[in-house]
Amino acid sequence: MDSAAKTPAKPRKKGGSSLGTEISKHLWLYIMLIPGVLYFIIFKYLPMGGIVIAFENYVPFSGITGSKWVGLYWFQFFFKSNWSLYLVNTLVLSFMSIILTFPAPIILALMLNEIRSLKYKKLTQTLLYVPHFISIVIVVSITYVIFGASGLIGRFAAQVMGHKVDFLGDPKLFRWMIVGQNIWKETGWGTIIFLAALTNVDTQLYEASMIDGANRAQRLWHITLPAIRSTIVLMLVLRMGSVLDTGYEQLILMANAKNRSVSQTLDVFVYQSGIQNSQYSYASAVGLLKSIVSVVMVVGTNKIAHMLGEEGLY
Amino acid sequence: MAKEKPVNSVNLNGKKVVAHEGAVGVYNSKGSILFDVINYLIVGLASITTVLPLIYVIGASFATEFELQTRPMFIIPHDVTLDAYKYIFASNKLIRAFGNSVLITVCGTIINLFFTVTMAYPISKKYLKGRGPILTMVIISMFFSGGMIPGYILVSSILKLRGTYWAIILPGAISAYNMMIVKNFFQGIPQELEESAYLDGCNDLTTLVRIVLPLSLPVLATFGLFYAVGHWNSYFSAMIYLTDSRMYPLQLLLRSIIVQAEASAGDMSLMDPNFVEPPAQSIKMAVIVVATVPIMCVYPFLQKYFVKGVMVGALKG
Repeated sequence: MDSAAKTPAKPRKKGGSSLGTEISKHLWLYIMLIPGVLYFIIFKYLPMGGIVIAFENYVPFSGITGSKWVGLYWFQFFFKSNWSLYLVNTLVLSFMSIILTFPAPIILALMLNEIRSLKYKKLTQTLLYVPHFISIVIVVSITYVIFGASGLIGRFAAQVMGHKVDFLGDPKLFRWMIVGQNIWKETGWGTIIFLAALTNVDTQLYEASMIDGANRAQRLWHITLPAIRSTIVLMLVLRMGSVLDTGYEQLILMANAKNRSVSQTLDVFVYQSGIQNSQYSYASAVGLLKSIVSVVMVVGTNKIAHMLGEEGLY
Repeated sequence: MAKEKPVNSVNLNGKKVVAHEGAVGVYNSKGSILFDVINYLIVGLASITTVLPLIYVIGASFATEFELQTRPMFIIPHDVTLDAYKYIFASNKLIRAFGNSVLITVCGTIINLFFTVTMAYPISKKYLKGRGPILTMVIISMFFSGGMIPGYILVSSILKLRGTYWAIILPGAISAYNMMIVKNFFQGIPQELEESAYLDGCNDLTTLVRIVLPLSLPVLATFGLFYAVGHWNSYFSAMIYLTDSRMYPLQLLLRSIIVQAEASAGDMSLMDPNFVEPPAQSIKMAVIVVATVPIMCVYPFLQKYFVKGVMVGALKG
């Protein structure tokens, strides 16, 4: 991303030829640009402008320009509702998943890194990457058939506990199920970025440490971990930026009448109020609030990373 | 790692250390061997647990309902039966949804590749006037977005694409990230090749089609797979934009059969009602298998290319 961001600053070809002659010279290149540029304008930039509906009482019939301007009404409306429920659900789920799912790929990558048999490493990696490519609908479906009342674990738990365990409805278990699904689906795949960082470790350091008589634990602690520390910090900064994003695709599938009290996060709220109940302006306002907090979180965690002497995101 | 080559002893901090002993000792000490055993075991267990649910579902889809309800955990059923598959293929709902998914995936991927290539090629030319602002436009869109609701209003009320496959395919026609990687690849193609094509009378279009694209087949295959898996796996835009259930892709059908039916336990009304009551659990398993098989077929390629793609992203990022 960094290199891409620098590209526009590169000097363009000098010379006095006007845009007109330039276009006629490379007519086909400009024609090729049309679909892509139109795509970005229509599907990326029009929706960005569409955020103004958060300050309007948007009615599809009157359109964006014809709808009434209401200022900060929807933001006030949100803070008069039971917004804290959505915020708490979002934060609890988010921090649970940061604490449980963030370290998992790092630990697994370090373990994979210690495997010296290339064949064994390749085999385990092949297996570990599989769930990443499986759709979330299938992940949830598998959860339903295995944890449901007539499923394998559903029946097993009923035998062991002596009563039925409602894995799919119990509000106390909801977050564990979500986090569990994410760990299962993404831990293996998440190791790739750390394994890539590990390939950059200077092997001379290992050799030097051997001469110094360091054991493997000491090597791990003093060489390997410091080598991937900046990657870990970078990933953590990015993760903190999305602390309010619980995603909605997975939660909508796992949510039901019984676990409503915990499955309602800000993302789910935006989907339900905006798309299911057609409260476009209200949902956009909540979405906008979320984006503002995300920017603040990224800037904040990046500052902290700088203070700890890390490079951070920028 | 270091070979067992005898090396002269070195003097470190007054301590005499023999280098090769140190190198071997790291892996030969008791603690180290114990660590290796435990490490291999844990990683092995982790990878088996990762695929176990999938293998169980495949096995269970061939089992009878009786076996599913009585045997605890199994991979190969005692009585192998194709009843579940016969049942799901007897009604045309699943076949139609499968066909819809194939249609969306194929058309979507073709559109993705067309848009990605036609945009990446011109902006890979550093001499192109107006390239800078266009690149800036693309990069900004990678960091900011209008969010779910303005996008939904655009597609449904302004473009009026609701109820058509265009609503699913067009909003994601280009992934800015993929496009930038394709652009970087085009920039890496030797300039001389294209220059000689110009001398032979090619214009920019014919150069792209005859020279550049044939050289880019591996890249196009990679990003074709990227996009195709995305289309095959997506359900959300189909759920919010499609109005006719006959147009539903497989993922959406799966959702209604398993996720929504769970609430009204065992409701199989989505299936053919004239059929004899079948083993409910194994039917769900069979539908999951049918929806997963295409991904598993391309998985060997996916793993090879995706890992490379992520690596490229990681190194560039």
